[in-house]
Amino acid sequence: MAPILLFPDPPPPELIQSLDMAGYAWKAVANAVAAEEYEIHDEWGGAILVADKDPDAAFSLARALKKRSDPISNILILINGGQLNQLELRDDLYDDFCLTPFHPQELHARLNHLFWKGGQGTRGNTISYGDLVLNVETYQAVIQGRPLDLTYMEYELLKFLVSHPGKVFSRETLLSRVWGYDYFGGARTVDVHVRRLRSKLGEEYAGLIQTVRSVGYSFGQSRWGS
Amino acid sequence: MEPQKEYVLRTVEERGVRLIRLWFTDVLGKLKSVAISPAELEGAFEEGLQFDGSAIDGYSRVQESDVLAVPDANSFELLPWVDPSEPTGRIFCDIKNLDGSPFQGDPRQVLRRNLKAAHDKGFTFFTAPEIEFFYFNNANERKPLDNAGYFDLTTLDLGSGLRRRTLHMLEAMGIPVEYSFHEDNASQHEIDLRYTETLDMADNIMTLRLVVRKIALDAGIHATFMPKPIDEGQGSGMHTHMSLFQGDVNVFHDPGDVLGLSDVARKFMAGILYHAPEFTAVTNQLINSYKRMVSGYESPVYVSWARNNRSALVRVPIHKAGKASSTRIEYRALDSAANPYLAYSVILAAGLKGIEDGYELPDEAAENLWSLNRDEAKTVGLQRLPQDLREALDLMEESELVRNVLGEHIFEWFLRNKREEWETYQRHVTPYEIERYLPIW
Repeated sequence: MAPILLFPDPPPPELIQSLDMAGYAWKAVANAVAAEEYEIHDEWGGAILVADKDPDAAFSLARALKKRSDPISNILILINGGQLNQLELRDDLYDDFCLTPFHPQELHARLNHLFWKGGQGTRGNTISYGDLVLNVETYQAVIQGRPLDLTYMEYELLKFLVSHPGKVFSRETLLSRVWGYDYFGGARTVDVHVRRLRSKLGEEYAGLIQTVRSVGYSFGQSRWGS
Repeated sequence: MEPQKEYVLRTVEERGVRLIRLWFTDVLGKLKSVAISPAELEGAFEEGLQFDGSAIDGYSRVQESDVLAVPDANSFELLPWVDPSEPTGRIFCDIKNLDGSPFQGDPRQVLRRNLKAAHDKGFTFFTAPEIEFFYFNNANERKPLDNAGYFDLTTLDLGSGLRRRTLHMLEAMGIPVEYSFHEDNASQHEIDLRYTETLDMADNIMTLRLVVRKIALDAGIHATFMPKPIDEGQGSGMHTHMSLFQGDVNVFHDPGDVLGLSDVARKFMAGILYHAPEFTAVTNQLINSYKRMVSGYESPVYVSWARNNRSALVRVPIHKAGKASSTRIEYRALDSAANPYLAYSVILAAGLKGIEDGYELPDEAAENLWSLNRDEAKTVGLQRLPQDLREALDLMEESELVRNVLGEHIFEWFLRNKREEWETYQRHVTPYEIERYLPIW
């Protein structure tokens, strides 16, 4: 499914972690202009706006997303229990809200419900980028209709990368986010797996995973010119 | 259930896998396989697959011959050459006793144990082998497919077509190839695998040997990893590049050193050099292995190390400027018929012993060692590697290190089995003898 818009940029780490674990694709934006730039290439599956730090900025973005010719559906507001008054008279700017600090299961339940109402299925169960489609429920990856035979770690690494197109990750970040902090092998493990993934993607698609010299890796064409 | 196992079970279901081959390796380094249906896989993950180990080389024990094959979910791959309408997977197994403890006769468990010892010291052991082999028209005639040489671009010949197909298969199975080219001898080829952690690498080597043979066989060609299949020219080695990492740091590297080599690297090398004669029976396990290790054919003869001297036992390749992570050493005696699990175990353990006990690295070999005659070598104080299997076994038998690395079970069995092999060979009158002696004596 299309990625979820996240605000602010960068979003809170616990939100990222929660979405990554559930296999949702996402993209953080700082303002309405950035949100629109993205739409030149792809549409948004929904939006999660974290309003507890800066409610005015969050609601002003919500307004921009809702009050336009092609409004975004499925806007979830994250807000602190002490700020509920901020919701007053803004019912038209969001579809649901969730209190912070949020419980991951509640967040998933609310997203499931939103997407169900929006007719996008009960779960965000596929992530795609161009010819590449990952089904996070069946663990299957398909490129141009050809199934990819991946090992578990190759699949997890690819899922992570595809969920964050255009973003550059250091080996350390990939190691901690995909393998977990307790993994022993060190960052070289990431190189080994990236090389294996490129092997399996085949020559035509191997370039989807780019090596960013002395930084790490990024996936896909950068859509943000960064 | 662990996510890796669940992932494999799910993949098997989604891809409609019909058959799963459980792979493991006997003590001599031969690949063994037992096929199960997908329905049995979950049970195999949980409880292991029970079988009679007494028929497997090196597994035999007088009592309690039953062992368990427990699939390692990390190693699941679909076999890319199988008809896609009947997908078949393969998965490497660890062999365990019925009580769940590691089985002493399983080479993969031996390597696991030795890698664990390195991990306990904070080290990850990376290896990258250069695997050589020959293509022949068939196993009896030994007719080469071409008369090309090192790096020759042989267009349109059968050998390069086979090699290309082999590479595709390897890449499809997640075994990245660094280089592949025509080697020095007629019909001899080399495939260099990209470095990875050593348990995966040993699995990859076993897979590569099968893939090379299988692709050749489909074309009616015989591929062989025999160390020295023809008298003239070089034999088939498995030179292996090695490095130790601590987290992200290559501990072999020291920017302040003339050679860029750290103290750890020097001690590791010293350990390997010191113990090499003792473990050569493991890295070069066939009678035929020693026909490769003669002067002049890209194979080491003396215990020695050097930078850019290909006659040395351990070579320190010059790495590209700024590539500290690629600092490594290359062990050049290994041949393509070795059991990779056991061979990498003894090399690693010898290196670690060098670090632990602070071995001192001897001086670098300055000259071309192949040009030395016996007396010259003696004057310089160079030690020879064992010259035949019998000598290698004698040295191994005295080795505490090799006994500890392999464990009592494999150590004893290996010596017994190889002594028998030597005795059988001793009784055999070779064509060489007939040719040389019969007309004259």
